[in-house]
Amino acid sequence: MAVLQLEKQRGRYAALAIAAVVIVVGIPLWWKTTETYRAWLPFSEISELDSLQLQLSVDIEVVFSRGTLTPEQQTKVPLSNVREQEHVVDAKTGLRYTYETKYRTATIMEEDALNQHTAAEADLSLHMLTESSCGSVVVYVIPDSSTLLPEDVKVYVGQRRTALLRSAPIKSSWSLKEVLSNLDPHVEKVVNTMSFSHQDIIAALSDRVRMAKVTKESMADNMRAIKSSPGYEITFSLLNPDPKSHNLHWEIEGALHDYIQPLLNKLSPIANFSVDSQILYYAVLGVNPRFDNSVSAYTLSADSLSHVINPVEARLGSNAASSNPVLNFLLYVPDALHSPLFIRDHSKREVPSNAFHSPRWGGIMVYNVNEMYGSEAELPVDININMAKVMGVFLAQLRLLLGLQHTHPPPGFVLQSPGSAGLADWELDRLLWSRSVENIATASTTITSLAQLLDQIGNIVINDNIAQQVSSAVTSLQSAVAELEAGNLAFALQYSREAILASERAFFDPSLLHLLYFPDDQKFAIYIPLFLPMCVPIVLSLLKIVSETRQRQADKQAKKD
Amino acid sequence: MDYCYLMTKCAFIYLLFSIPRAHCDYVETKAGQFFSSGHTNNWAVLVCTSRFWFNYRHVANTLSVYRSVKRLGIPDSHIVLMLADDMACNYRNLKPATVFSHKNMELNVYGDDVEVDYRGYEVTVENFLRVLTGRLPPSTPRSKRLLSDDRSNILIYLTGHGGNGFLKFQDSEEISNMELADAFEQMWQKRRYNELLFIIDTCQGASMYERFYSPNLMALASSQVGEDSLSHQPDLAIGVHLMDKYTFYLLKFLEEVHPASQANMNDLFKVCPQSQCVSTPGHRTDLFQRDPGSVLITDFFGSVRKVEITKETINLTSPIEQPIESSASGAVQINSLMYVDQLPVAEIIHQKPKQKDWHPPDGFILGFWTLILLVFFKTYGIKHLKHIF
Repeated sequence: MAVLQLEKQRGRYAALAIAAVVIVVGIPLWWKTTETYRAWLPFSEISELDSLQLQLSVDIEVVFSRGTLTPEQQTKVPLSNVREQEHVVDAKTGLRYTYETKYRTATIMEEDALNQHTAAEADLSLHMLTESSCGSVVVYVIPDSSTLLPEDVKVYVGQRRTALLRSAPIKSSWSLKEVLSNLDPHVEKVVNTMSFSHQDIIAALSDRVRMAKVTKESMADNMRAIKSSPGYEITFSLLNPDPKSHNLHWEIEGALHDYIQPLLNKLSPIANFSVDSQILYYAVLGVNPRFDNSVSAYTLSADSLSHVINPVEARLGSNAASSNPVLNFLLYVPDALHSPLFIRDHSKREVPSNAFHSPRWGGIMVYNVNEMYGSEAELPVDININMAKVMGVFLAQLRLLLGLQHTHPPPGFVLQSPGSAGLADWELDRLLWSRSVENIATASTTITSLAQLLDQIGNIVINDNIAQQVSSAVTSLQSAVAELEAGNLAFALQYSREAILASERAFFDPSLLHLLYFPDDQKFAIYIPLFLPMCVPIVLSLLKIVSETRQRQADKQAKKD
Repeated sequence: MDYCYLMTKCAFIYLLFSIPRAHCDYVETKAGQFFSSGHTNNWAVLVCTSRFWFNYRHVANTLSVYRSVKRLGIPDSHIVLMLADDMACNYRNLKPATVFSHKNMELNVYGDDVEVDYRGYEVTVENFLRVLTGRLPPSTPRSKRLLSDDRSNILIYLTGHGGNGFLKFQDSEEISNMELADAFEQMWQKRRYNELLFIIDTCQGASMYERFYSPNLMALASSQVGEDSLSHQPDLAIGVHLMDKYTFYLLKFLEEVHPASQANMNDLFKVCPQSQCVSTPGHRTDLFQRDPGSVLITDFFGSVRKVEITKETINLTSPIEQPIESSASGAVQINSLMYVDQLPVAEIIHQKPKQKDWHPPDGFILGFWTLILLVFFKTYGIKHLKHIF
C-alpha cells in the first residue's frame, strides 16, 4: 500500500518534472530555433521619408553692367533677395522652390568682356572669367541701347550658365526697389528657361504621384525620355538590305569618338554609358514603301512607321551580360530597287532629316545613296557614308531620348547652339535637377515599400547585407535632400544616385522572395502531428494530478468535518 | 484699291492668328496619340506548368499564344516563355520538332524560331515569382529577366492544372491566388508595369484572379469556380488531346487580328461563349482604369510602337579624325572579304543530294512474317509450334 503510494508519488513527480522541462526549456528552445533572422532596420527614419518635402534652391546672380543704373541707384547695390514658391503636390509630397537672388555691379574685366562685338564672343569671354557652380544662373543686364544684341532680341542665353538680358529703359528717378520690381519678371522668365520648371519637376515625380495634373505635352515628354537608370547601352546599327549593289563604309569609330563621346562624357555624372555598333546585312523594313509619281521616289507614310521597328528589332540583339536599358540607332540604306526612299510626316510633307524616333527605344534614319553613283556603275558600288550628317541626326535623337527636352523659349529669346559637346551647361543643369528629383522620389518609394513589405510579412529573413543597403540608402537619401536644399546640385545628384543604387539592390535582393504563404490553418496542420502525441500524455497526467489533489483536499475537508 | 489692301491685311491678320491654333491642334493630336494608351513597350510572360506527355495540350496552348504574340510584333527579347516539359522532342512524339494545335496536324505552333527561356525543371513557382518581381540572382542572363518599366504593358498567360485558389506546377508544388496577388502588388510598388492583362486557362481559373488588389489589372479566365475547363480535340495519330477549348477559340480569334487591327477587349471577352466552351469564361475589369472597349487587342498582344518624326538636327561641321591604327609589327594581314565571296554558295548548291538507302516500311516485315507463320501452322497443324518456341 505504501509502496503503491510511493509509486504514485514518484509518478506524480515525474509528470510534474517533465511538464516543467517542457515549459521551461522546450518552449523557449522551439521559439528561438523557429525564429527568422531579422536584422535591424531604421523603420522610424524610413517612415519619415515617406512624406517627401523637397526644397530646391537656385542661386541667381544678376549683374548690372555700366549704363544700366544711375549712380544713386548703384549705391544701394549689392543686395540679396530670397523668393519662395510653395507647391503641395499631394498629401505626402510637397515642393518648395527657393530663388536666392544676388544683385551686384559688373567688374572691370566683365565690362571688357561685354564690350565684344557679338553676343557669342561676349559669352565666351565671360565664361573665361568665372566658373559658375552647377545649378546656378547668372544674368548680365545690359543697357537698352547696347548693340550687343540685335533689335528684336531681348535675351541671349549662352552655352554655359550665363544669359544677357537687355533691360527696359530705366528712369533715373526710380528708386532701386522700383528698378528691381520692374526687372524681376524678366529675370524670372530667364530662370524658368534656364533652370527647372514646375512641370519638369512634377513629371520627374511621376513615380510617386501617379495622377498628377500634367499638361499633355509634358506627359508626352515624360513618356519619351528613358527612365533614370545607373547605366545605358547605346547601339548603332547599319542596315544594308542590298549588299550586292551597295558596299557601305562608315567611319563609326571616328564619328563616335568625335561627335557622340563628348556628349556622353558631359553626361557622365548622370549614368554610365556603353556604346557599341554593328552592321546587319539583308535586314529589310517591315513595310513596303509606296512609289510616289510626283517626286518619283518611294515614300513611307507616317502611319506605317510604327510597323517598321518590330521586324528589325528581332534581329538587333543586345548585350546579354547587362540589364541596362538599350537605345538603338539604326541607319537604313535602301536597296537599289527602292531608292530613293523618303519619309512623309502626318501632313504628307517631306521630312528634312529623313528620320524618326520611338520613345524609350531609339531612332531610325534613312540614308539615300542613289545619287552617289550612275546607272552604269559597276556593282557593288563602294559608298562612303557622310557621318557628320548622320551623327547630326542621331545626336539630336539621343538628346531627346535622354530627356533633354526641346525647350520652347518665350518670344524674344535666342538660345545659343550647343556647340561641340552637343549640350549647353544650363541644359545639363535642367537634366540634373529632374534626374535628382526623380532618383530621390524613386528611392524613397522603393525604401518605404520595402519597409512596409518587411513589416507586414513576419517570417521573411532580413539578412545583414540587406539591412546595410537599406541604411546606406536612407543616409544617402537624407544627404541628397539636404544638398538640394543647400543648392549643391552636383552633390545632390551624386547622393541620389547612390541612394537609388542601394535601394534597388536591397529591394531586388534574391533572398527576399516570400515564397511560403502560410495561412494559419496550414500552420496548425504542420505542428499538430509533431506536438500532439507528446503533449497529450503530459496534459492528461497534469489533469490527473490536479484532480487527485482536489480529491485529497475534499477528503481532508470531509475528514475534518 | 484701298479696299483690296484692307482685305489682304485682314486676311493676313487672320492667318497670323490661325497659325498658332494650328500648331496647338497639331500638338494636341500628337499628344493625343501618346495619351490613349500610355505604354511604350510590350512584354509577355507565357507559362505552361504541366509536364508529362498527356499534358501535351498545355504546351500547345502556350505555344499558340506565343505564336500569336510574335506574329503581332513582340520580339523574343521581350517574351519570357516557360515550358515545363518538352513535347516537341519527346520520345513519344510521332512527328518530332512539331507541336500541333489542330487535329490532322494542320497547324504547327512550334515553328522554326521558338525561344524557350525556362525549360523543364526550371519552371518552378519560385522562378516564376522571381521573374515577376525581378528578384533574380545577378548572374541571370538578360533573356531570362522581365526588364519592364513603368510604361510597359505586360501579358501574362498561365495554363495547366488548377483548382479553387491554386495552380499546380510540375505535379509537385502549387501557387496560390494570394501569392499571385502579392506578386502583382510588388510589381506595382516598383512600377514594373503600366497595365497588365492576365489570362488563365485551367480548371476553376476564375479563382486565381479573385484576390487581385493592385490597380491596372485586367483578368480573363476560361472557367468559373466549380467548373472544369475542357480540352478540345484529340488527334488520333498523336494520341493525346491537342488543345484546350478556350485557348483553341482564343487562337482562332487572334489569327484574325493583325498589327493594325482595331479589335478591342470587348471582343476578347466574347471569345468562347458557353455554347462552345461548355465552361463559362469569366473576366475581371474593376481594377482597370480605362474602359475595356477602348483598349485595343494590340495594346497587349502586339507591339505597336509610337513614333515621332525627328524635326531637328544638329549641325556638325568638324571633320572626323582617323582613329590611330595600332598594329603590332608581326600582325597577320587581314584581307577584307567581300560579303558575296565569303560563302562559296555556288559550290554548295551544286552538290548532289546524298543517296538514302531504301527500307521497306516498318510494319511490313513484321506483318509478313506473321502471315507466313500463320499459314504454316494452319497447313501443318499446331503441334509443330513447340519446335519453334
